[in-house]
Amino acid sequence: MSTSTPAAPAAPAAPVRRNLPRLYLLEAKYEFLKLWRLRAYSVSTLVFPLMFYVIFGSTFGRFSTQGIRVATYLLASYTAVGVINAAVFAFGSGVAAERGQGWMMLKRVSPMPVSAYFAAKTAMTMLFSALVLVILTVAAFVLQGVHVPVGSWLELLGVMVAGVIPFAVMGLMFGYGVGPNSAAAVLNLVNLPMAFASGLYIPIEQMPAFIQHIAPYLPAYHFAQLALAAIHARPLGSAVHHLIALAVFTAIFAVVAVRAYRRDEGRTYG
Amino acid sequence: MTIPTRSADRGSPAGSAPSGHGGAIAELRNVRKHYGEVQALRGVDLQVHAGEVLALLGPNGAGKTTTVGLLLGLLKPTSGAVTLFGGDPESTAAKVRVGAMLQISGVPATLTPREHLDLFASYYPAPLPVARALELGSLTEVADRPYGKLSGGQKQRLHFALALVGNPDLLFLDEPTTGMDVTARRGFWEQVRAFIGSGRTVVLTTHYMEEADALADRIVVIDHGAIIAQGTPAQIKSRTAGRRIRCVTALDPAFIRDLPGVVSVEAGGAALEILAQAAEPVVLELLRRDPGLHDLEVGGAGLEDAFLALTGRSEP
Repeated sequence: MSTSTPAAPAAPAAPVRRNLPRLYLLEAKYEFLKLWRLRAYSVSTLVFPLMFYVIFGSTFGRFSTQGIRVATYLLASYTAVGVINAAVFAFGSGVAAERGQGWMMLKRVSPMPVSAYFAAKTAMTMLFSALVLVILTVAAFVLQGVHVPVGSWLELLGVMVAGVIPFAVMGLMFGYGVGPNSAAAVLNLVNLPMAFASGLYIPIEQMPAFIQHIAPYLPAYHFAQLALAAIHARPLGSAVHHLIALAVFTAIFAVVAVRAYRRDEGRTYG
Repeated sequence: MTIPTRSADRGSPAGSAPSGHGGAIAELRNVRKHYGEVQALRGVDLQVHAGEVLALLGPNGAGKTTTVGLLLGLLKPTSGAVTLFGGDPESTAAKVRVGAMLQISGVPATLTPREHLDLFASYYPAPLPVARALELGSLTEVADRPYGKLSGGQKQRLHFALALVGNPDLLFLDEPTTGMDVTARRGFWEQVRAFIGSGRTVVLTTHYMEEADALADRIVVIDHGAIIAQGTPAQIKSRTAGRRIRCVTALDPAFIRDLPGVVSVEAGGAALEILAQAAEPVVLELLRRDPGLHDLEVGGAGLEDAFLALTGRSEP
């Protein structure tokens, strides 16, 4: 607030007594219910990856790539598809829609801590990521006899849960950048080719050479390679290299997201 | 409209309260707000007094929603000062005492009214029970139906209940009945009255004169980003010194328009509607000129007429 004249004496700063843990828990609970009941969301996050695994796993599962079975490779890569969908749609079209309809404005006027909204979204997207990994792990074991040692599986879980962050920021960038009406369409347009060219649908080594050259410029490629490293695939580049690449992408997305948010502020609010 | 104001003397007379003290719980001091080249507010001074129902009345684009946005901390003034409960409108201490029904198109469709209210209630230190908020919004029957499946009126009532559930001292209603039909609008006014007990303060923006008249203790008329009049609904109406005369007469409307004290003349069916500063001299003159004049009625001018007189143009 700009105060060109002295402000009125501040109200006695009585501490605001609320049950904050309950507030954060409810925010998370309703974020989960909201997403879970949204067919478009739960299907693209949980059902599509499973469907693709069943189809492509049974077709190519017995071959090998990067030193592991394709069935194992696809467990990692289709989980990554689910994680990326969960993150970009919750943070991209989800936030864009909630801003567009004025829901964010209502929340901003309320005494809700802004952190509760983003913490809930992040936590629930991570929960969806863990769910898709569990579903695909079971499918891979049942359909393809893929057995992942517990240590590797936990490492894979860590990659999947942390992987929410770069793609959440990417979602925000598109959500703030293109606005509520076109966010979902643009994200679909970007998301599928990105995942395909990063070797998420078909192993990267089976892709045409020019795509293998493009892949390192895509965040999903580095994410997938980190996931594959967790399950002992022959690495393409070092893990540190992929981590740095993802960090750089995240930083660029964040800068663009903040700029888009500022440009939009005062028009859409929130 | 003749619905009596609940207590016309609660608010201080316009502009007379000392700034920043006592009665004023929300205040704009010499506030200007520009959006690029557009001047939305041009130096507005406004105080909201504890316990009053204040209506900001004006056409679309007058600056009402900008005023509310500033008081709620959604917007920052280009110059001037805004305080809410004596502090920064963006502070949590101020926000927990405020509820707002804003012009929004919706809330997430897959959650139910009960769930939305349960979540919103958790943001406040002393919220209403969810069941009470559902009742105040007449939503008890549809409490467990997803928002996306509610009717337009039910959605609007949920937005109202979301504004109430925090049990606010100060309630903002920004164009609350836009898009409602007459019956729904009157029903909504009843719900607002049911909620405004003692000690509740309400800031209402509207471009319906009838709504300001029905709910407000005090009306501030805004046009082109500036306050052009303020007072009780009765005072605003008397600003026109307006009386509405209706009669059937053979006289030429153009002739009547030129009589001293006549503001406007309109044909209303077989009768003429004459807006005059005072009724008696005009009626006297009309009867003298046309002994056959009949079906004479004289009444107070409505807020629409007041608005016409104040702004020189009709309500949008």
